[in-house]
Amino acid sequence: MITVTIDDKPIQVEEETSILNAAKELGINIPTLCYNELLEPYAVCRICIVEVVRGKRRRLVTACNYPLREPVAVYTNNERILNLRRMNLELLMAQAPQAEVIQKLAAELGVIRTRFPIAKPDNKCILCGLCIQACEKLVGVAALGFASRGAPREVLTPFEEYSENCILCGACAHFCPTGHIRMTDREEALLHSELILGPNKAISIPFRQAIPNAPRIHTEHCIHFKTDGCMICSKVCPKDCINYEDKDEYEEIEASAIIVATGFKDFDPTPMKQYGYGKYPNVLSALEFEQMNNAASPTGGQIVLENGKEPRSVAILHCIGSRDEQHHKYCSRVCCMYALKFAHLVKEKTSAEVYQLYIDMRAFGKGYEEFYQRLLDEGVHVIRGKGAEIIPAPPDQAGEGNLLVHCEDTLISKFREIPVDMVVLCTALEANADSADLARKLNISMGADGWFIEAHPKLAPVSTTTDGVYLAGVCQGPKDIPDAVAQGSAAAGQVLKILNQGELFLDAAYAVIREEYCSGCKICNGLCPYSAISFDEEKKISVVNSALCKACGTCAAACPSGAIVARHFTDEQIYAQIEGILA
Amino acid sequence: MSFEPKILGLLCNWCSYTGADLAGTARMKYPPNLMSVRVMCSGRVDPGFILDAFRAGADGVLVCGCHPGDCHYVEGNYKCMRRIPLTKILLKELGINEKRLRLEWVSASEGVRFKELVEEFTEQIRAMGPLKLKDWKFDSSLLSDASEQEGSMESAAS
Repeated sequence: MITVTIDDKPIQVEEETSILNAAKELGINIPTLCYNELLEPYAVCRICIVEVVRGKRRRLVTACNYPLREPVAVYTNNERILNLRRMNLELLMAQAPQAEVIQKLAAELGVIRTRFPIAKPDNKCILCGLCIQACEKLVGVAALGFASRGAPREVLTPFEEYSENCILCGACAHFCPTGHIRMTDREEALLHSELILGPNKAISIPFRQAIPNAPRIHTEHCIHFKTDGCMICSKVCPKDCINYEDKDEYEEIEASAIIVATGFKDFDPTPMKQYGYGKYPNVLSALEFEQMNNAASPTGGQIVLENGKEPRSVAILHCIGSRDEQHHKYCSRVCCMYALKFAHLVKEKTSAEVYQLYIDMRAFGKGYEEFYQRLLDEGVHVIRGKGAEIIPAPPDQAGEGNLLVHCEDTLISKFREIPVDMVVLCTALEANADSADLARKLNISMGADGWFIEAHPKLAPVSTTTDGVYLAGVCQGPKDIPDAVAQGSAAAGQVLKILNQGELFLDAAYAVIREEYCSGCKICNGLCPYSAISFDEEKKISVVNSALCKACGTCAAACPSGAIVARHFTDEQIYAQIEGILA
Repeated sequence: MSFEPKILGLLCNWCSYTGADLAGTARMKYPPNLMSVRVMCSGRVDPGFILDAFRAGADGVLVCGCHPGDCHYVEGNYKCMRRIPLTKILLKELGINEKRLRLEWVSASEGVRFKELVEEFTEQIRAMGPLKLKDWKFDSSLLSDASEQEGSMESAAS
């Protein structure tokens, strides 16, 4: 340890510490341009020059790469240093006249213009080489380098051509201190979800209240997984928590019962071209609107248009994708009430007019009708008629809103055009795309809409056709939160019943294979919808697992040698019935 | 006296039998010609049952199951859906009009549909007349005749 003084303040530092870091510990700010703590100091911008005094000798050094080895006095902003810094800034201004960061630094020191000739009026690059170093040392691809010498020197890709090494990671743009390197999309695409959520990094916490509240790496976007380089996150993590080896794992869990609570998928309104979702940025899906209203959203819970302004009017369109012969015939059940909630939020947070376009207002639950009446009192416009089309408003009507919603008001039998600034589409609840796979895996029934079917609509609303498998929530059909909670509690109750009993009661009706008749043809094995029949390799016959068998009898009907007895519905019994009936 | 056909109904327990039950409890009237046998699933219907019914004197057989996608046993009705056309081929080969066998989907709530279906099918079978199979006896000499015929055809060809 050695003791140095910086601007007459003493500090104890390790040997080889740079002046810049020592000054930082003292809270003394030394301006820098080409320094980045993650990269080697290159000391090219000369903005960080300071004066080092040892005995009678005074030297000018760059703070970023000057290692402290003996007790010295450092001065960071005496008149000599400031004058030199001003001179350096004037030179940099001549080199990169467009760089705002240099103009700002210069203005702070009272430099307004440069006296030196400006060679490249559009330039921002100060040739600091941070981008080259980041590309080579952090990312590990070396897609950039210096070209030429002297005055024409510049940063280029090899031969000024598209570099095949470049992985478009954006590290060069990130490290560029003056904003000379920018990432641009070749085609301008509207990334709709990003309007609501803001840009995401390759390592991020999924959302604020996530459990566990830990960041995760998106391997498809992470530079480290592309080039083996970077690893900045592990360098800055003070607790060494970053684990690049971590992977998704599949675990096998032995369970006595299964509760299926796989929920739903939001209907994607993009194919419904008439609503312009994905085309007009202020047409939002209900989920996006809900995310915008979250206090943790990038807008801080404020309802704003894409341009950051408050909407003058908002239309909320019900039944997008539900109660629609083209998409889903069923009612999604929750939309009417959340649409009313949205209207309330808009009224509460903004002074915008709200239009509700509904087919039927289904305020079915406890207190829901009262809430609807309250919304009417708040002055929400309710129009009975489904929104037909959304188009940009012609300029003469744009005074009231930038979008026009076409609809038929069926209560007054008139077509209407409503100018609004923002449209919220109340999209249908949809079964998950892989629900058929899950139904097959668990041997439970699934309706044509993709919702799982309960054992009995009234008497067994949480059970399925497979014992020990229960349903909870929207995977069984659209329902609101109170209903989902009730069903979840009921499913948990059913599971507790099994766990407490410790044994399972089986129906007396199940299929039995008569060993002496079975030829081992395996026809029945593939037929069983419950995978209850397996093949005994030792005896060369098929065997029924009576706990899985549901006694449908498909196997008995298919068995070519009549070896399978469907108990309570045996061949003999049915033949006797036929004989008796027709005799 | 007009011809009263005998029709066997093979009804699945969960949809069609319940649908028939609904027609009954709603006091709907439908022809008494259909006599039903309950099976747990239309997938339980062995083609043997159908052949045996025609042998035992049925003029028509109606197989009913849940609508596709609604099977209580996930996919039993799809299996029935595949077996019935094959059974119809078999019937044709046996000289039985395939229209005497019908597969229909009736859900538990479709009491009216069940009633109308039975009415319509009964009328259809009535119009087709009785199936005369009862007097037919299996004659083993037919087999040897057939082989002789084949032989004679072969010799004619040569």
